[in-house]
Amino acid sequence: MGLPVPPFATDLFGPEAIIMKGLNGLNWRISDYEARGGYQALRKILAEKIPPEQIVNEVKKSALRGRGGAGFPTGLKWSFMPRQFPGRKYLVCNSDEGEPGTFKDRDLLRYNPHIVIEGMIIAGYAMGTPVGYNYIHGEIWDIYERFEEALEEARAAGYLGKNILGSDFGFELYAHHGYGAYICGEETALLESLEGKKGLPRFKPPFPASYGLYGKPTTINNTETFAAVPWIILNGGEEFLNLGRPNNGGTKIFSVSGDVARPGNYEVRLGTPFEKLLEMAGGMKDGRKLKACIPGGSSMPVLPAHIMMETDMDYDSIAKAGSMLGSGAVIIMDETRCMVRCLLRLSYFYFEESCGQCTPCREGTGWLYRMVDRIERGRGKPEDFDVLNSVSDNIAGRTICALGDAAALPVKSFIKHFRGEFEYHMEHKNCLVPDYV
Amino acid sequence: MVLSPDALAKIDQAVTKYPPDQRQSAVMAALTIAQDEKGWLSTETMDFVAQYLGMPPIAVYEVASFYTMYDIKPVGKYKLAICTNLPCALQGANVAAEHLKNKLGIGFNETTADGLVTLREGECFGACGDAPVLLLNDKRMCCAMTPDKLDALLKDLT
Repeated sequence: MGLPVPPFATDLFGPEAIIMKGLNGLNWRISDYEARGGYQALRKILAEKIPPEQIVNEVKKSALRGRGGAGFPTGLKWSFMPRQFPGRKYLVCNSDEGEPGTFKDRDLLRYNPHIVIEGMIIAGYAMGTPVGYNYIHGEIWDIYERFEEALEEARAAGYLGKNILGSDFGFELYAHHGYGAYICGEETALLESLEGKKGLPRFKPPFPASYGLYGKPTTINNTETFAAVPWIILNGGEEFLNLGRPNNGGTKIFSVSGDVARPGNYEVRLGTPFEKLLEMAGGMKDGRKLKACIPGGSSMPVLPAHIMMETDMDYDSIAKAGSMLGSGAVIIMDETRCMVRCLLRLSYFYFEESCGQCTPCREGTGWLYRMVDRIERGRGKPEDFDVLNSVSDNIAGRTICALGDAAALPVKSFIKHFRGEFEYHMEHKNCLVPDYV
Repeated sequence: MVLSPDALAKIDQAVTKYPPDQRQSAVMAALTIAQDEKGWLSTETMDFVAQYLGMPPIAVYEVASFYTMYDIKPVGKYKLAICTNLPCALQGANVAAEHLKNKLGIGFNETTADGLVTLREGECFGACGDAPVLLLNDKRMCCAMTPDKLDALLKDLT
């Protein structure tokens, strides 16, 4: 199955899409966005002089939860901003998408950049932040350039700058690019990076709402979170909530990768059965059977097929099944895949990307990687299980940021669900399945 | 001058995005612009950026050495980074990486003897749906890189 080349069918992202609705790969410009009803939410707010508090309340009602990974309620986060605080306040969009398996913000920014811009302007209005930055993953340079072009269009049309659409509200928005550091997806590392420093996560508290960019109150949301805002304003928070499930409002873009016939982004209502999402992605590649799935990006626990096939795709259902929805990156592994090899690749990633600030993570990720590597090479011993679990437990929760937990969770879950494959490697010095990844 | 007037104009443009007392925020943009022009970041180039933005040189070295896409040692004319992370690996990245190593006769982090190509192993570029993905000179994303497409790409690198 080849890649969809623009122009593609406008229902490529699924029939339930509201954020990716009507996109064909070419219609990303401001005139296209306006023709789809774009910037109407902003116009409505400014024309009706809707009070900022009401916007925050509407977002609260929608049960929109952060789409970057943590799933924190967006309306609540917005209410933390001290609107009366004198001086500068900032709004930041986290488009530093580097969690293995996640590629939704890239499609969002290249095919629908103005929906993110409008969402950020509305957020800036609601929280009284006059300046925003969109931090874009350095590896997607062409998307950074496109976003800059979209910003120019928005400035020229009077949606950015002083006195937007003749009102007394002003908002300026800039694009900033990373240049290769997974850790900058962590919001305080991202702020350090925006300040022109190494991306080392900060101690929390203080949280960004009180001490953020340049030490000023700052709100950081994911790209997809901002993109949901215009729809919520136009249609109401309750309508958005009703698209999903209680506490899990709206639709979510799932990035499906790995052993499926049509890897890609699919936007579905939260609560959609996993089986249906898999079907949208064309089902399993070459008719093979599902073995395992990481439902929320590489940092989340892996789940075996029989649990996955009975799980619905929303925050609470996936948590109940023993994993997390995370960023919505669904990595599919079929029956031919060696789970030891899969874990090895992920463990190498966290070892490589640890910023080195905290000892448990800096040293522990190396231990995990080297031990899994030893098992993969057939030199593991049964007592390695205890050591792996103990190292994982001594990283998780003992570091400044969540990268430590992100390295530990895959190890524990791969061993929990696929212990037999690790044992096979130890006993037989080779792999249970014939085909390596 | 270490950098061309054109490069300086681009850096000046980047500086305007940040508050006047926060010129350091433009360091990532400035280093990117400098690397585009020079091919890699020598100490001389980094010192110039430091002076231009009013930063201590060590603060610029820290940034340049922290972010993986900055090169503080010379690299080939073309830098190929292929992602081998799990989603890409499931979709053929290891085959692609082996193919590149064989064709070029080098391993990861090595440069061909003629100085033409440097090969790197990349970590998630955030484009897993188009896997396997390859970055050419940091800025051009090449998608669904089968051995055939890799051959076609290598042919164009002269």
